[in-house]
Amino acid sequence: MTAYVIRRLLWLPIVLFAVSFLSFVIMRFGPGDPVTVAAGQYRDPEVLARIRAEKGLDDSLPVQYWRWVSAATRGDFGDSILQRTFTVSELIFPKMWISAQLGIVALAIVFAVGIPLGLTAARLNGTWADPFIVSSLLFLQAIPVLVLIPPLLWLFALQFSILPVGGWGGLLDIYWVGGVIAIPIPDPHLYLPLLAYTIGGFAGVARLVRVTALEVTREDYIRTARAKGLPEATVLFRHILPNSLLPIVTSVGLALASVIEGAFFVETLLGIPGIGSFLFEAARSRDYDTIMASTVIIATVFVIANLLVELTYGFIDPRVRVQASR
Amino acid sequence: MATASIERSAERDVHAGRGQWRELWTRLRRKRLALVSLAIIAVIYGAGLSAPLVAPYAYTEQNLDRALEGPTRDHWLGTDRLGRDMLSRAMYSARTTLIVTAAVLLTGSILIGNGLGMLAGYRGGWIDNAIMRVGEVVSSLPGIPMLILINAGLAPRAIEAARWLEGHTPLSGLVASGFPSYLIVFAGLSLFSWIGTARLIRALVFQLRERDFIMAAEGLGAPGGRVVVRHILPNVAFLIVLQISSGLGAIAGSEIVLTWFGVGVQPPVPSFGAMLFDGSGARTFQSHPHVLLVPGVIVTLLLYAFVLLGDAINDAFAHR
Repeated sequence: MTAYVIRRLLWLPIVLFAVSFLSFVIMRFGPGDPVTVAAGQYRDPEVLARIRAEKGLDDSLPVQYWRWVSAATRGDFGDSILQRTFTVSELIFPKMWISAQLGIVALAIVFAVGIPLGLTAARLNGTWADPFIVSSLLFLQAIPVLVLIPPLLWLFALQFSILPVGGWGGLLDIYWVGGVIAIPIPDPHLYLPLLAYTIGGFAGVARLVRVTALEVTREDYIRTARAKGLPEATVLFRHILPNSLLPIVTSVGLALASVIEGAFFVETLLGIPGIGSFLFEAARSRDYDTIMASTVIIATVFVIANLLVELTYGFIDPRVRVQASR
Repeated sequence: MATASIERSAERDVHAGRGQWRELWTRLRRKRLALVSLAIIAVIYGAGLSAPLVAPYAYTEQNLDRALEGPTRDHWLGTDRLGRDMLSRAMYSARTTLIVTAAVLLTGSILIGNGLGMLAGYRGGWIDNAIMRVGEVVSSLPGIPMLILINAGLAPRAIEAARWLEGHTPLSGLVASGFPSYLIVFAGLSLFSWIGTARLIRALVFQLRERDFIMAAEGLGAPGGRVVVRHILPNVAFLIVLQISSGLGAIAGSEIVLTWFGVGVQPPVPSFGAMLFDGSGARTFQSHPHVLLVPGVIVTLLLYAFVLLGDAINDAFAHR
C-alpha cells in the first residue's frame, strides 16, 4: 500500500510539469502581454520595453520557463503584474480559501441530499416514484448554471429583495438576539451560490446510490437479514447503506471536479472573489505569473483529491487494498 | 483466400452480426422517453442543418428600432439587444452546436479515442504504457480552465493564420464563416475528450485479445490491421455508440460554456453561449426575459434529451 501511495505521489511532479509547461507555452503563444494590457492607453514603446526588460519578459522562452520553475519549486510564484504591490501568493491563497469553503459546503450538501434521494428511489423501485425522482434530478442536472442564475437572482434579489445580488461575506454571520445572545447563522451571500453549485450534483450521487443499493438489496445476506426478522430500518442502515458506500466514495472525485469547474461560472456570475473568477480575470489580462500559479495549484488540488479518493477506496474495501499492493 | 473464409466462419459463432443493431433499435423504440429525446434532438439538429434555407432572417441582420421586442408576428421568438431575430439566431446557434459536436466526436472521441484505445489494448507493452501515461496527464489537467487558456491563447493566432491564407490564396470568407474559432474550440475539446473513450476501449480490447477467435485469426496469419478492423472493431462497436450518446451532451455544453466566457466561437457567428451571455444580467432578465429564456430553454431541452437518450441506449445494451 505504501509503495502504491509513493508511486502515485511521484506522479504529481510530472502532472505539474505538464500543466505548467502547457500553460506557459499557450500563454506566450497568444497575442499581447501583461505589460501592454497594464499600460492601457499609455503606449510609449521605450517605457514598455524597459518594463519588459525589468520583468525579464524579453529573455528567451526557455530561460523564462526555467526561471519560473526554479522559483516555483521554492514556493515563490512571482509578482502579479496587474495588482502591482502584491505577490501572486498573497493574492491567490485567500481566494483559494474562499473557493474551498464554498466547495466543501456544496459537496457536503450534495451528498447529504443525494444519498437519501438515491436510497428512496431504490426503495420505491417498481413504482412510478423511482423513475420520477431520477428523471427530475436529471432535468435539474441538464439546466446549465448559466441559464439558472439570472432567474434566481431576479427572483430572490430583485423581486423579493431577500438575498444579496452577489459578493461574499464569509460562511457564518452572527445574529444577535436582543443584542445579548449571539447565534451563528449562514451568511445570506451563501444561498444562491450553494443552490447553483448543488442543484446539478444531486443526480450523479443519487443515481449511483440507487444502482448500488438495488444491487446490494438482491444479495443473499440482505435476504438473510430480512428472514431473521430484523426491522426494515436496521436492514437499511446496517446492511444496505454501508455496502453501497464504495461507489459513493468514487463519486466524491467526480463531484469535486464538477465543483471546481462550476466555480468559474458561479463565481463570475455572482461576484464571489474566489480562485475561479480570479483565474478568469487573469487569463483576460494575460497576467502570466498569476495564471501559471492558479492552474498549477488547481491541478495539485485535483490530483491530491483523486489520490485521497483512491486511498479511501482501499480503506473501505479490503479487496482493493490487496489488489493494489500486488 | 482460404484463411479469410475460415476466419469468417469462426467469427460468425462469436458475434451476432447485423441483427444486434436491429434488436437494439427494437428495444429503443419501446421506450417513449427515448423516442421523445430523439425527436427533440432531431428537431434542434434539423433546424441547425437547414438554417440557411429555413431561417426567416440572416443572423447578422440588425434593426435597432425593434430591439429587445418580445415575440411578435414578425419575430416569433422576439429580438435581441441589436434587433436581430432570435429565432434565426437560435437556428444558426444550433448549427454551431451541430458542427462542433460532430467534429469533436468524429476526431476526438471516435478517431483518436478509439484508435488509441485499440492500439494500446491490442499492442500492449510500451505503446500501451505511453498512451495511457499521456492520457493520465491529460485527465489530471483541470478541464475548463485549460480550455479557457487554450482558446484565449490560440484563437487570435488561428484567426491571423486564416487572414493570411485569405490574403495569399484564392480562399475567401474563412474568417467571416467563423471557421478558425470552430477549429480552435474543436481542437481544444478533442484534446480532452479522447481519454475516456480510449480507456474503455482498451480495457475491452484487452479481454477480446485473449478470446479464441482472435487467436485463431492471428494463428492463421492475418495481419494485425486486419484483425483489428475485421474482428475487434465489430465487437467494440456497441461501446463506441454508447460513448457517442454520452459524449454529445458534454461536448455541446462545453462549447456553450467557452463561448459564454468569450473564448469560444467568435461573433458574429452565433452560438447559444453568446445568446445566453446576452441575457445573463438579472436586470435584463427582469425587463426582457425572452433574451435568456429562448436560448436557455432550447439548451436545457437539448442537454436533457442527450442524457435521457444516452440512458435509454445504455439500458438497451445492458439487456443485450
